[in-house]
Amino acid sequence: MTQTEVELHQLKLEVVNMWKLVSEQMKKSMTALATMDKKLAEEVLLGEKRVNQAEIDIDSHCENIFALFNPVANDLRLVLSLLKINGSLERIGDIAFSVAKFVRKSDGYNYDYLIAQTHTLEMFEEASDLIIDVMKAFETENTQIAQDIFKRDKGLNQLNRSAREFIINYIKQHPQEVEECLRVLSIFRKLERAGDQSKVIAEEIIFYIEAKVLKHSKK
Amino acid sequence: MSKLIADKVNVYYGQSHVIKDVSLEVPANSVTAFIGPSGCGKSTFLRLFNRMNDYIDGFKMTGSILIGGSDIYDPKVKIEELRKKVGMVFQKPNPFPKSIYENVVYGLKIQGIKDKKILDEAVERSLIQVALWDEVKDDLKKSAYALSGGQQQRLCIARTLAVGPDVLLMDEPTSALDPISTSKLEMLIQDLKKNFTIIIVTHNMQQAGRISDQTAFFYLGELVEINQTRALFTNPQSERTQNYITGRFG
Repeated sequence: MTQTEVELHQLKLEVVNMWKLVSEQMKKSMTALATMDKKLAEEVLLGEKRVNQAEIDIDSHCENIFALFNPVANDLRLVLSLLKINGSLERIGDIAFSVAKFVRKSDGYNYDYLIAQTHTLEMFEEASDLIIDVMKAFETENTQIAQDIFKRDKGLNQLNRSAREFIINYIKQHPQEVEECLRVLSIFRKLERAGDQSKVIAEEIIFYIEAKVLKHSKK
Repeated sequence: MSKLIADKVNVYYGQSHVIKDVSLEVPANSVTAFIGPSGCGKSTFLRLFNRMNDYIDGFKMTGSILIGGSDIYDPKVKIEELRKKVGMVFQKPNPFPKSIYENVVYGLKIQGIKDKKILDEAVERSLIQVALWDEVKDDLKKSAYALSGGQQQRLCIARTLAVGPDVLLMDEPTSALDPISTSKLEMLIQDLKKNFTIIIVTHNMQQAGRISDQTAFFYLGELVEINQTRALFTNPQSERTQNYITGRFG
């Protein structure tokens, strides 16, 4: 392998490790929410430091590759994509973190009903699966899997809209619970954003493999 | 200004088929880079435009090379006239063992121009064009050999410009220069393209990326791909081009 290939291989490994870390954070965060497990939530909060450090390290590695190896063509597209994927993964990590913060701070109110009626855990599951599947698309360089992410994200958006409708109606009927409702709304909105980040990652994978720019286009 | 067109060009050195059916166009007032591994034919192809290969034993060409619409291999073409219009700069600076002034006016003098005013104006104009005038104007009688490598290369370009070409052929013009001289020469090339059509052979991929408008990739005598430089370096159409520019081979 040329030195450039060695560096790119190493960069890919770092990003996949970050991917797995973020995926794990999301899984733990989901479980913590399902069971209101404050101890598990605390693990997620601590894990966030590793996510942030990984993001910084990957950014730095990309910078070095640009400076020292002048990548072009597919190598350039790979580094550009990984730079953006890195940012998206970090944002997903933030989402896991903020859900865990919610669990840690939760005040004794029973959120089970609201979480169930808004299908928050289903959304969480789908958002987490999207992250894993888009990682598969990257590892196998399979743009078909990446393309499927767009449709599934639309499904997640639909769940989100329904959840929002439920919360609005619930607040109208139970105005004394508006704060608790807004907290649940905040969670599923974040999950919808997690889906958006997976969509962004899918766009970057397609850009890397096929040199097509799908950003802002109808997919 | 001249557009250059090569149409179905094949070159042979004896039995050896060194350029294989190459067709390409070089737009006027642009920089085209020829890249490719050693021995791919890029310098041979470059030399077609000023008929330098004519001196090589066994050289034979089929196809046509047009400059400004005229076939330069037409038997009626006078090679001396062609080389006034198509100047060449080589890898190693090659000033003559003369003064700076005499180097620049050499081509004009052998054309029979003797008028000192004309010669003086040509020297000033050419040295200004290559951004060397301010550095040498106070001592034009100084030997060209006293200049630095980068200055010598710019002097060689001035010498070429003095006879009034339309086209500049540059065969790895910066490969013998330090990074600062290289940078200055690259800036000069960007400036010169406003008035000249330039082809540059380079082994430096980043240089091709920095200064050329169009890049042609040669391999084993074939033109594999030619495209706008940005397109070729971000999304080459041929896998061979991609493998070469990413350093996988060559």
